[in-house]
Amino acid sequence: MARSEAAAVPAWRTRLARIPWQSLTPLLGLALLLVIGSMIHPAFLTPTNIFNVLTRSAFIGIIAVGATFVIIAGGIDLSVGSMAAFLAGAMILTMNALVRGDMTPLMVVLIGVGMVLVAGLLAGAANGITITRGRIEAFIVTLGTLGIFRSLVTYLADGGTISLDFAIRGVYRPVFFGTFLGMPIPIWVFAAVAITGAILLHRTRFGRYVRAIGSNREVARYAAVRVDRIRTLTYVIQGVCVAIAVILYVPRLGSASGSTGILWELEAIAAVIIGGTALKGGSGHIWGTVVGAILLSFIGNVLNLTTAISEYLNGAVQGLIIIGAVFLQRGRSGR
Amino acid sequence: MTRKVRILLATLVLATGFGFAQTVIGVSIPAATHGWTGGVNWWAAETKARLEAAYPSLQFVISTAGSAAEQANDLEDLVAIHQIDALVILPFESDPLTEPVAAVKDQGIFVTVVDRGLAREGIEDVYVAGNNHAMGRVSAEYIIDRLGGEGNIVVLRGIPTVIDNQRVDAFMEEIEGTNINVLDSRHANWNRDDGFEVMQDFLTRFPEIDAVWAQDDDIALGVIEALAQAGRTDEMFVVGGAGMKEMIYRVMQGDDLVPVNVLYPPGMIATAMEITALRFVSNIPILGSYILDSPLITQENAADYYFPDSPF
Repeated sequence: MARSEAAAVPAWRTRLARIPWQSLTPLLGLALLLVIGSMIHPAFLTPTNIFNVLTRSAFIGIIAVGATFVIIAGGIDLSVGSMAAFLAGAMILTMNALVRGDMTPLMVVLIGVGMVLVAGLLAGAANGITITRGRIEAFIVTLGTLGIFRSLVTYLADGGTISLDFAIRGVYRPVFFGTFLGMPIPIWVFAAVAITGAILLHRTRFGRYVRAIGSNREVARYAAVRVDRIRTLTYVIQGVCVAIAVILYVPRLGSASGSTGILWELEAIAAVIIGGTALKGGSGHIWGTVVGAILLSFIGNVLNLTTAISEYLNGAVQGLIIIGAVFLQRGRSGR
Repeated sequence: MTRKVRILLATLVLATGFGFAQTVIGVSIPAATHGWTGGVNWWAAETKARLEAAYPSLQFVISTAGSAAEQANDLEDLVAIHQIDALVILPFESDPLTEPVAAVKDQGIFVTVVDRGLAREGIEDVYVAGNNHAMGRVSAEYIIDRLGGEGNIVVLRGIPTVIDNQRVDAFMEEIEGTNINVLDSRHANWNRDDGFEVMQDFLTRFPEIDAVWAQDDDIALGVIEALAQAGRTDEMFVVGGAGMKEMIYRVMQGDDLVPVNVLYPPGMIATAMEITALRFVSNIPILGSYILDSPLITQENAADYYFPDSPF
C-alpha cells in the first residue's frame, strides 16, 4: 500500500525528500552564530576573520571527514590527535635530516609530503587491521594507539619541541599562509578533501558498503560484503586524512611537541556528530561534518571577540552549543 | 651521548666495584607533556648523572607521571620498591598530592617539594620554588617602563590554575593606577596553537595594540606567527616567559619583537636535587625555603640563561 502511494508522488517531491534536511539544522546553527558574531563585533564579517576561522577549521575538518567514514561504519578512532602529533614530528625530523644533504628545499618538502602520506596510510592500516583481524574493540585499539603515538612524539622530541629547519620554512610556509584566487590554500584543500569524501561516501559502492556495515554488520556479511576489508579501509582513509591535515599544520608554526593535537579526536568526533552522523553508525553525510567543523571553530572565534562572557566559561558555552546543536536534530529517530 | 655512556659506566663500576651502602633519592616529576616539563625532565636526568658521578654513595631514581593519581602511585612504588631515603617531588597538583606526600614523610623520609607548594604546611623539609608572583610583577614593570606608562595591551593566559592566577594577579596589581589599558585577556593554555588562534582574534578585534603579555614562551611563539601573518610585527612587542632557549636566543640577537624574557626556570628541579644531595653528603644544615628569582632577561645578560643542549 505504502509503495503504491510512493509511486504516485511527483518527481519534484521525491527530489525534495532526498535533500538531507537534517543537515540543514547545523547550517541553521551556523547562520545563527554568524548573525550573533556580526552583532558582537564589526570586524567579525571581514574576509580576514572569516578566512582565519575557516583556515583553522581545516585541520579538524579534514580529520573529521575521515572520522565520518569510520563512525558511519560503526567504528571510532580516538588516536587521530596523537597520530597527527606523531606524523608532524616524524615529518619535520625527516625533512630536517634531508635538507642537511645537498637536496633543494623544494625536493625536501615534496619528499616530506610523500612520506607523511604513506606514514598516515600505514598508521591507519595498523589501527584497522588490529581492530578487524585482531577482533578487538575499536575503542580499545585506538585508545592504545593514542597513548603510543603520543609517547612516540614526546620521545622523538626528547620531551621538548621538534622545530623545522629554517632552510625549509621559506618554501613550505605558503602551503599554510599562501592564497590561491584570493582564498587561503588550507581552505581549498579542505574543500577538495570534503568533495572527494562526499563522492566516495554518497556515489560509490564502497560508500554504500560503509553505511551497510554500520547499520548491521551481520546482514552486510550475509550480503557478501567483505566487511573486514571495508572497515580496515575506513581507518586507512582516516589515516590519510590525518596526514593531509598534518601537511597543512606543519608550515603554520613549524613545530611539533607532546602537546600538539591534544583533544583533536574529540573535536573531530564532535564535528561529525553535530553534522548529523549517528554515533552508532549506519547513516551520515560529509556536508554535515564540514558544517560541524566550521561551527566549532566559529564558537571559539565569537568567544574571543567578546568580553561579555568570562574567559573561565568558554568551555561551558562550547559545551552548551554542541549539545544544543545535536538536540535540535534528534529528528524522527527520537532516540 | 658518549659522555652520558661514560658517566653511566663509571657509576656502574663504582656501584658494583665497591658495593657500599647507598643513599637512594627518589625524584618524582610530571611527564614531559609540554615544553616546560620537558625541560624539567632534561634537567633531572642531567643532574642525576652528574651527582651520581660526583657522589658514588648517592643513587637517584626518577619517575615521571602523567597525572596526579599516577604520581601518588609512583610515591608508593618509590617507598616500597626502591626504599628511598629522600624524596624530591614536583607535584602535579598541590591538593591531591598533599596527603600522599605526608604519608611518605611519616615514614621518616626526607622530603623536598618543588615549585607547587602542598596544601598543608609543615610536611616538607625543604621547599624549592620559582616565584610566580615576581614573574607577573617583573613582566608588568617592563611593559609599563617601555610604554612610558600608557598604551593598549592584550594578555594571553595559561591553563586556568593557581600558577596562572598568581602570575596574572601580580601583573594586574602592578598595571593598576597606570594609563595602560588591558584590552582583554584570554586563556591560551601554555600552548602554541592556542596562542596563534587567540592572537589572530585579538588582531581582528583591536586595531591598536602596543604590547602583548604572553606570559609563556610557547604561547609567545604562536603569537609571533599570528603577528607575522597579519603583517603587524612592527606595531608591538611581545613579552613571554620561562626562558625557552629559542626565545632567549632571540633576546640575545636583539630582536625588536622579543626584547626581553622573564625567567621561570625548569632547572629548579636541579637546584632541589643538589640541595637534597647535600643533606646526605655534607654536614651543612639543609632546611627551609629556597625561592628562585624571576629576573628580567635582556640582551645584556641573556647569555647567562642560554642552554642550547636543553630541549626547552
